[in-house]
Amino acid sequence: MSTNDWPLWEIFIRGAHGLSHRHVGSLHAPDAEMAIKNARDVYTRRKEGVSIWAIESSAIAASSPEDKGSLYDPADDKVYRHPTFFDIPDEVGAM
Amino acid sequence: MYAQMVKSTGTGVKALDEMEPQERAFQERINAGDKIEPKDWMPAGYRKNLIRQIGQHAHSEIVGQLPEGNWITRAPTLERKAILLAKVQDEAGHGLYLYCAAETLGVTRDELTEMLLDGRMKYSSIFNYPTLTWADMGAVGWLVDGAAIMNQVPLQRTSYGPYARAMVRICKEESFHQRQGFDIMMTMAKGTDAQKHMAQDALNRFWGPSLMMFGPSDENSVHSAQSMAWKIKMNSNDELRQKFVDQTVSQAEYLGLTVPDENLKWNEKKGGYDFSQPDWDEFFDVLRGNGPETTERMEARNKAWDDGAWVRDGMMAHAAKKKAMKVAAE
Ligand SMILES: [Fe+2]
Ligand SMILES: [Fe+2]
Repeated sequence: MSTNDWPLWEIFIRGAHGLSHRHVGSLHAPDAEMAIKNARDVYTRRKEGVSIWAIESSAIAASSPEDKGSLYDPADDKVYRHPTFFDIPDEVGAM
Repeated sequence: MYAQMVKSTGTGVKALDEMEPQERAFQERINAGDKIEPKDWMPAGYRKNLIRQIGQHAHSEIVGQLPEGNWITRAPTLERKAILLAKVQDEAGHGLYLYCAAETLGVTRDELTEMLLDGRMKYSSIFNYPTLTWADMGAVGWLVDGAAIMNQVPLQRTSYGPYARAMVRICKEESFHQRQGFDIMMTMAKGTDAQKHMAQDALNRFWGPSLMMFGPSDENSVHSAQSMAWKIKMNSNDELRQKFVDQTVSQAEYLGLTVPDENLKWNEKKGGYDFSQPDWDEFFDVLRGNGPETTERMEARNKAWDDGAWVRDGMMAHAAKKKAMKVAAE
């Protein structure tokens, strides 16, 4: 019955030259070569990409939802990090 | 729909103030339109219902390849053959997107496959009907994919992130499916008398089963109410069925074909058509495993799995060998 637990791979695709790779989904494959071949069939049947990355899901480290506060709250009171914080008078022109 | 009759185990929808804090926070996130992601806390019932629903949906995509696969070798032209092949390949992709979404809930692909193959999990009733003529490829694309779109478009907004994202991908491709089907119907409906007759015959056979795809009325079902509260179901079955009929009747008129329902009548007051219910006894009988093609479909899936075993084993052995060589070289 079993597929001998083919590992799960996360697939990233570069949509067009100049763009970064984006996560599109995952699939099972016995090895990296097959993961890329399968990704080609599953995720790029309509020219959705120019490059494919496959990485075993187990190799990905992820932050957990509970860390949300400690990771992102510190940015809450740092609005001055955005250009819109500063009012530049109209007569200065585009900046 | 592709997941008909997904039974939940709940006893009714709880009000926010009856919920424990964790569950309440979860429901409030859903009410606010937040997406739930795999590592987020979720009620056991939400997880369980979603696995059943997404699993059934995935199985439907996979088994749904069979009625159309039946005509690939006999398509009337090379172009039609290439189109049908691409359509059926898309359905395999839909199955895979959905299995991936289900897996994020903690079930494995092999478990889902096993449950399909031994009959513990279902797939949509529609795929238990035979495809007897080439015109059926038209009717399936037009009506079956058309009905699927009705259900899948709102599911792009479903609360579970991976499911919603799978739906976005699927919906992009479904429109091609419906159009290629309608294109076949147009060609046949404007063809010879014999072709027109085939097109009408296909509509006659697929009309009722297409209406059944939405499932029986669920206005009073606690299961549906819970699923709607969780936003894993976005509309009632009757609502979607009505939308489907309203959209399809004028398309049939354009084709010069007759919808096989003598009670079909425009109802000015409700701004939609009145129509006959499909044969629900037949529907329940099909769900019990007595569809005209049920045995064939299950045999085909089991055979594909069994016959593919040596390929899967071979690929795994090859991967293990390569890995060992790499380790030795390092
Ligand atoms: Fe599909
Ligand atoms: Fe489709």
